Amino acid sequence: MDRTSDLAVDSVTGVDVTLPVAGPGARSFAFLIDWTIRTVLSAAWYVVAALLYNGSWSLEAPLAPTANWFVFVVAPPAAIYFLYHPAWEVTTRGLTPGKRTAGLQIVSSTGGAPSVGSLLTRNVFRLVDSFPVAYALGLVTTMLTRNSVRIGDLAAGTLLVYTRNDATLAHLSGRQLDARTAEVLSELLQRWSALDDTARRKIAATILPDAATATDEELRAQLESLTRGTR
Amino acid sequence: MSESSRENALRLTLLRRSDLWEKAAARIRRLAGKRTEDAADATAMADDYRMLAHDVAKVRRLLPDSRAREYLEATYAQSHASLHRPAWHPGYALLNLFRDDLPAVMRWLRPHVFWATALFILTIVAGYWMVHTYPDLIALFASPELIATVERGQLWTEGLLNVVPSSVLSLQILTNNIVVSLFAYCAGFLFGLGTVYVLGLNGLMLGAVFAFTGQHGLDDDLFRFVVAHGCVEISVMCLSGAAGAAVGEALIRPGTATRAESFQRAALESGKLILVCVFLLVGSGLIEGYISPNPAFSLRARLAIGVSYWLFMLALLNGWLFGLRRVRSGASA
Repeated sequence: MDRTSDLAVDSVTGVDVTLPVAGPGARSFAFLIDWTIRTVLSAAWYVVAALLYNGSWSLEAPLAPTANWFVFVVAPPAAIYFLYHPAWEVTTRGLTPGKRTAGLQIVSSTGGAPSVGSLLTRNVFRLVDSFPVAYALGLVTTMLTRNSVRIGDLAAGTLLVYTRNDATLAHLSGRQLDARTAEVLSELLQRWSALDDTARRKIAATILPDAATATDEELRAQLESLTRGTR
Repeated sequence: MSESSRENALRLTLLRRSDLWEKAAARIRRLAGKRTEDAADATAMADDYRMLAHDVAKVRRLLPDSRAREYLEATYAQSHASLHRPAWHPGYALLNLFRDDLPAVMRWLRPHVFWATALFILTIVAGYWMVHTYPDLIALFASPELIATVERGQLWTEGLLNVVPSSVLSLQILTNNIVVSLFAYCAGFLFGLGTVYVLGLNGLMLGAVFAFTGQHGLDDDLFRFVVAHGCVEISVMCLSGAAGAAVGEALIRPGTATRAESFQRAALESGKLILVCVFLLVGSGLIEGYISPNPAFSLRARLAIGVSYWLFMLALLNGWLFGLRRVRSGASA
């Protein structure tokens, strides 16, 4: 995980909430996905609208462009490209398709959902972050700041954290196991099909003494019976 | 009972609460981002939050590097975010912005507005004087096509509607003006120097172009073109510059707060003004596209439109349109 630090947020319970802060790598990954989506959407709109407008296989602007050319061919792709981030972030309170894919979310410095004003401010400051080319200033700022934030985030008091929606729990009902073994066992069974035979046996050997001699099916059956507490 | 077996028993007891955690997580997912008026749901969520906090504290001590901890931390964070999510009332937020926030921002920005306007006027005068005294300097501020058109005794705005439709003209103008306005605000990040540059450059250009058209007897025509949209457009330029100057000052003189906190406060507060400036520029752009180049409008009509729109801007920024005075008098009574 590309993690720089955790954001600790005070809570009324006295137990602080920790949010893993996303680093420049994860941020760039999310940005590239979003950039690809908005570029493809804008280009697709322009191509289709220009072909329909021209009525021929030509994408060129007419010599005397009419209002329809600008309203239906030029303005929508420009709006898609430039308003993509603010529109998504405001309507979903801090998410875009790229951020969702990268498992990230914008939060305020208190860990809650950012206000609309904050989201608009961080987007306006893209004008500065994009200097001189390709968001170079924003990228450098994320590398230099404590919470890996760009200038827009500094202005808006926001930051990007991992959502951790994929966190899963080790299910154990085994009464004979200690907690750590139960966790290893649960994880091993979850990843069983993804592991090769050597890896399965190596991990199983930390739980079962006779793992080396058992067949693959026997090994799995023994581990499953352990989780049910029947072994 | 040894210490290690006691710890192990505690860990197992904790992990056996996993069903409760999953139920809490399911409830949070179900209610996330939705409105609920079910009191039982709200109570259950508050109970979940306390239960999760209790178990997070335990799991941090008993199972610090476990998946159980990762799961609990994630669920606790989601629960915290759901419980502390502010209510979202767009209508009330807008009313609050126009009635209370904006006038407060304007009061806070008053000195910045004064100095930004002074700088803008000064640069207009400087630009006018430069081109009036050294006419060749117009080449620094205007394109060769514009210079050639004026030298032929025509304004570049004449017959504009024959070349570009009003809607397109409006769209181009308002987009350009909004970008300049946003840039003047953001450029304040460079300790205010960027804002001074944007304001200064625009002031010099305006003064220079007026001097140049004056030399060719076209300054009245230019005034006639500019007056309907220019009152608000130029005012918004000064307001954006003031917002940028506030951002710059927050970085130069953060006061008792840290530089980052001061910058954030200034950016967010003055950002409210910028949002309203963007809407005002949309109106200016429409006037500039539909009214300013249209010869059918007399100077009197243009003056009436320009001054009326400027008064509307003044009323909007001071909260007069949304009952600020009524609220105040009500409060004092």
